[in-house]
Amino acid sequence: MGIKKLFGAACSLLAFGMVSSASAETLTIATVNNGDMIRMQKLSEDFTAQNPGIDLDWVTLEENVLRQRVTTDIATKGGQYDVMTIGTYEVPIWANKGWLVELADLPSDYDVDDLLPAIRGGLSVDGKLYAAPFYGESSMVMYRKDLMEKAGLTMPEAPTWDFIAKAAKAMTDKDNEIYGICLRGKAGWGENMAFLSATANSFGARWFDMDWKAQFDTPQWKETLTFYVNLMNEAGPPGASSNGFNENLALFQTGKCGMWIDATVAASFVTNPKDSTVADQVGFALAPDNGLGKRGNWLWAWSLGIPAGTQKAEAAQKFVAWATSKSYLEMVAEKEGWANVPPGTRKSLYANPKYQAAAPFAQMTLESINAADPNNPTVDPVPYVGVQFVAIPEFQGIGTAVGQQFSAALAGTVTVDQALQSAQQLTEREMRKAGYVD
Amino acid sequence: MARAVNNKRRAVVTLIAWAVGIAIFFPILYTVLTSFKTEAEAVASPPSFLFFDWTLENYAEVQERSNYFLHFLNSVVISLGSTVLGLIIAVPAAWSMAFFPKKRTKDILMWMLSTKMLPPVGVLVPIYLLFRDASLLDTRTGLVIVLTMINLPIIVWMIFTYFKEIPGEILEAARMDGANLWDEVVYVLTPMAIPGIASTLLLNIILAWNEAFWTLNLTAAKAAPLTAFIASYSSPEGLFYAKLSAASTMAIAPILILGWFSQKQLVRGLTFGAVK
Repeated sequence: MGIKKLFGAACSLLAFGMVSSASAETLTIATVNNGDMIRMQKLSEDFTAQNPGIDLDWVTLEENVLRQRVTTDIATKGGQYDVMTIGTYEVPIWANKGWLVELADLPSDYDVDDLLPAIRGGLSVDGKLYAAPFYGESSMVMYRKDLMEKAGLTMPEAPTWDFIAKAAKAMTDKDNEIYGICLRGKAGWGENMAFLSATANSFGARWFDMDWKAQFDTPQWKETLTFYVNLMNEAGPPGASSNGFNENLALFQTGKCGMWIDATVAASFVTNPKDSTVADQVGFALAPDNGLGKRGNWLWAWSLGIPAGTQKAEAAQKFVAWATSKSYLEMVAEKEGWANVPPGTRKSLYANPKYQAAAPFAQMTLESINAADPNNPTVDPVPYVGVQFVAIPEFQGIGTAVGQQFSAALAGTVTVDQALQSAQQLTEREMRKAGYVD
Repeated sequence: MARAVNNKRRAVVTLIAWAVGIAIFFPILYTVLTSFKTEAEAVASPPSFLFFDWTLENYAEVQERSNYFLHFLNSVVISLGSTVLGLIIAVPAAWSMAFFPKKRTKDILMWMLSTKMLPPVGVLVPIYLLFRDASLLDTRTGLVIVLTMINLPIIVWMIFTYFKEIPGEILEAARMDGANLWDEVVYVLTPMAIPGIASTLLLNIILAWNEAFWTLNLTAAKAAPLTAFIASYSSPEGLFYAKLSAASTMAIAPILILGWFSQKQLVRGLTFGAVK
């Protein structure tokens, strides 16, 4: 092909590509790539059939890319999206900035009071709902019944950290590549810090005192981190400092973990015989505690919010109401079975005997969610909202930096004391810069 | 004796070349293989290399869920568009700098390159605001413009280097024969620099095809190219490695095939003038 021809072809293709198309009312929906969201996308024909004037465009992205993308857009009022999938971290911050449309006009059959109180609380500011929960999750213990039996132990429904440590050591058989416990170690505010912040709550630690002073120099944090590092060194898999949810899921599914404490959403993966080699041997228990009145479980809800800059708020609200309604749950149950219904948002779902029969982990999920209180997450009072995070804009940066220190402590490149000291220094510095403390 | 040593050396060099080649290509090969596995086999430990149940279900699912053709078309338009636009700007610029250098030409070249040293995220918000006000968000036109800007320093530098290899006397001779500026550039300079321009073109298509920061951040549904298509299959909660691999394979296949067929041109262009 001559250069002229190539040039000509390129120009015509370019011209063709730049022709813009006219459109009716089209909602652009940004969402994350997980099973429940993909199912919603597939079933959205039901919504467009009910609302012939509305078309849907989907933008599915990986969680961290999505967060960066929607934050840029909403902060600059870019107006690219009409519905955004956001979590319990974003909602209080964004609502306070006036970036989200209050969900005040939900239809009468929506039944807002049916939403689980913990989830609803996490998505409300001053009693006003700013995002509708699509699915909620907490964390819990998933364990291998066969290995537990072999170790001569019985998992209580609500275990303590001491029991978890004892069981982990008893189940470990490093020669056969079986590790008593798998926990997150990969650095990140939503990775190891989600687990460690929630765990610290149950050890009586907290991120900040009422004056926003960092608390990593307290004995409670030292106890938390020492316990975690020792436990993982004795009974965890090698290279745990780079393990996140997916790495641990792969280890658990291939039979290499005795216990795994992570998101309740994992329950449906590890009990699915198609993907998991241990599907019929999995038991569940509440996240552990230390007898201080707080359990080490978190709370998260992927929710649908409407950015204040959208021109299509009315249509967007219709979509949000459809996707988070009771009838959506029934439609999923009818088409894909009750086990595939998005969990953790509505009381009525957990009262439904059909759901209880289809999802053996239902009760445990509900109890875990109810045990987490984002407005009162710690033993001692705190000035912030959030169980496994602190709902302030600076937290993403601080959380990840602290996570890197704790991941290094797990890898053994720094000691627990050094990691805590660095965490304290960097948190103090950032909070001073952000103007929380003098 | 000398031949034996020569053969031995050649064998060693060949062996090393193969080892390096395989090491570089292995991740791509493994991605392609994983795309034919089930999700359970994709994370099995130890991993099976060839002996697993080959399946096309990942491709079927990716096809069903995403509009591959739209993303593909966007990628083609954006990468070709930005490269062609870049060449249109860069050829005259490189021509003037190569044949009529001024006191500050070197500084200008360095300054152009320095724009590549800034982390793109540093200018994300200003560019986003400009795009918002110009209604360029989520449009192919916007991406063509931004990718042209990003790749322009590389295009200018490459073409400048190729033009530098061409003796100015040839152009002078053409001028003596009565060629005007247009004839000089089109009939004398361009044919001589074709290998260089072609390799610049190819390299920039590849760079634009793989660009994943701006293409993800400035698009939503309509202008999203294949990078967004891949990003939609990545998930921190859930093992979708096989589907992600299938999506990646589909996204890199066109550019891999293009690279394969044009590798002679590419290598020739990249080593143009290197052995003089």
